[in-house]
Amino acid sequence: MSRPSRPEPVSAPFWTPYVYTLLVLMALGLVAALARFIWGLGAVTNLSDRYPWGIWKAVSVAAGVALATGGFTTAALVHVFHRERYEPVVRSALLVALLGYTYGATSLFVDLGRYYNIWHPMWPSMWQGDSALFEVAICIMTYMLIMYVEFMPIVCERFIGRVHLQGALAAFNGPLDRSLRFIQGALGRILSVLLVAGVVISCMHHSSLGSLMLIARYKLDSLWYTPVLPLLFLLSVFAAGFAVVTAESLATTWVLGRRPRMEVLRPLSNYTLIFLGVYLIARVADVLIRGVQGRLLEGSLSSRFFLLEVGLGFVAPFLMLASRRVRRTPEGLMVASGLIIFGIVMNRANVFITAYQPSYAATRYFPSLGEVLITVGLLAFFAFLHRIAVGIFPVVDLGPRSRPLRAAPVQASARST
Amino acid sequence: MHLDRRQFLEVLGTTAFTAVGATPAGASGGDSHEDPMGMLVDTTNCIGCRKCEFACSQAHHLNDLPVEAFEDKAVFENHRRMDANALTVVNRFPNEEEPDKPTYVKSNCLHCLNPGCVSACLVGALQKTETGAVVYDPWKCIGCRYCMVACPFEVPAYEFLEPLAPRVRKCDFCAERTAEGKIPACAEMCPPMCLTYGKRSELLQMAREKIEERPDRYVHRIYGEEEAGGTAWLYLAPKEFEQLGFIHLGSEGVPVLTETIQHSIFRYGVLPLMLFGLLGATMRSLGPEVEPEPAISPIGQADEQTLSP
Repeated sequence: MSRPSRPEPVSAPFWTPYVYTLLVLMALGLVAALARFIWGLGAVTNLSDRYPWGIWKAVSVAAGVALATGGFTTAALVHVFHRERYEPVVRSALLVALLGYTYGATSLFVDLGRYYNIWHPMWPSMWQGDSALFEVAICIMTYMLIMYVEFMPIVCERFIGRVHLQGALAAFNGPLDRSLRFIQGALGRILSVLLVAGVVISCMHHSSLGSLMLIARYKLDSLWYTPVLPLLFLLSVFAAGFAVVTAESLATTWVLGRRPRMEVLRPLSNYTLIFLGVYLIARVADVLIRGVQGRLLEGSLSSRFFLLEVGLGFVAPFLMLASRRVRRTPEGLMVASGLIIFGIVMNRANVFITAYQPSYAATRYFPSLGEVLITVGLLAFFAFLHRIAVGIFPVVDLGPRSRPLRAAPVQASARST
Repeated sequence: MHLDRRQFLEVLGTTAFTAVGATPAGASGGDSHEDPMGMLVDTTNCIGCRKCEFACSQAHHLNDLPVEAFEDKAVFENHRRMDANALTVVNRFPNEEEPDKPTYVKSNCLHCLNPGCVSACLVGALQKTETGAVVYDPWKCIGCRYCMVACPFEVPAYEFLEPLAPRVRKCDFCAERTAEGKIPACAEMCPPMCLTYGKRSELLQMAREKIEERPDRYVHRIYGEEEAGGTAWLYLAPKEFEQLGFIHLGSEGVPVLTETIQHSIFRYGVLPLMLFGLLGATMRSLGPEVEPEPAISPIGQADEQTLSP
């Protein structure tokens, strides 16, 4: 009988080539971001009057938020449907989701022409309920708040009884500790309500993200334009979230030289497979019902991108996961998860960019170097925050066995912070 | 403002059900005035003098260019669209039958009866006024540019090179001038009277009469009568509009589908609350898994068997 494991702060060395790479990418992104704020959007982006939306909306916001769904899907799995065996990935999924949404929001801040007005959608006199984007904005802000509250118990667990500020700040140790205990007590009562609310709000804004481009109906390519786009967006995020949770867990264990947590990830892949299957059925039915299957082999850029997205991004991982042999190997799960992530990014980029074909455009939009640098730089920044957070908070659950006993690593890192 | 009142009532929701019952027209049909002001553009009379461009730039303080700057005919070599510094532009299209009499078409915001931009704007920075003009409030704007995505006519332009306070730029139907009782600057300047300002219903009538009187002069269609749910600006042309740079559009307003989806799913939060209740009940009724070890879990094995090929 193995002793149940617990999430613990990662004690591996911080300064690795991974972290140095992140820092370089962050620096490049910072330069591009400075240029954007000093000289305006037009100076660093390929956005134009014809193509007002680019990869910051399509990839950073739409795909970023879609890939960060693991937070609410694993929470629902464990706490609503009581599949407690997935408990070990809930905290990692929450942290990735929280950082993923914050990444989306930060990207939006860079993208907005009047970024300092980003709070306007929260101001009741400016509410505009006809707009799908309003629904997206309100839900994402609320859900981010919920995720930060959901993360608070982890902060409490880490610091209650361990607040040791030095020098003049030492006076705050008592009050801080009492505040944490109060928060912990108060959260115990409302956490389950917040958790279910988070699931509901997630379903709402994922479908509304799909509604966004419906208002551009006359400009959208018929391969992607469908009135059920909101439903397709919602159906796609469940598999996407599990794929990210799987990839993140495997990457963590590999980097730290630990055994992959197949006892959790293999059954989790069943859900990925089911949701991917449901999504694929909906996708195929949509193409057939609207009768656009004849366009698939027309050889245009749109048709090629469509085949690449659906074939490599959704059909291939579905076939992989359908094989019991693939699901048993960490490598198989990693490749399948990677393909799903690719499929989601491709799908959002296709709906928001490839499908968007304005009549008066002489050229097609392609992201500029500046746009890519900022997208990647911000991603690196949040990966960097993630690396810091897993070192401080008990988030990663590395499994019950093979961990050499060490003298209170939690205590040691607590003092260093 | 009409919109504010409607939203207020929607927030009040169930307690104000009688008032809500009186507003569904606003929910699906936009907030168009029963008979808004419009403009009839008779492209067969336009000589391409670009004086409307000059008048517009003066009225909106777009630049300090003198009238001579707008007499350059070389601009007609390329098809132009509006940009942040030009809220209206005239384009030239060749006339195969009489090459010395090309067709000139003035483009600008058409002021939709059910505008996509107004429906798309999440903070209400774009509004339709009582007279039917679609106007923009830069102070509310957050710069998301969703209005540009939404516009089926690809009209709104953006100050992409303005780092601090970029604005969405488009024709405002000279809302300030018309509020003072004047007519829009372009119509006032237009020498051969190919721009007629008036009530949309009367303009439609006038357009139909023109077609009836000179059936050989006009294509028998009024652009803007049906396009994207109808527009305040209406066009007459000597040949099919699609050959004159107009976009072929269906007759449904672009916000109809999205607003139907948004309102049917989220009205009074019925569906979200139902989902909330359902999940809450599931959470309480399902007990914890008896055996959290997956290798010997009966559920896990069942999953495995049914899913394996």
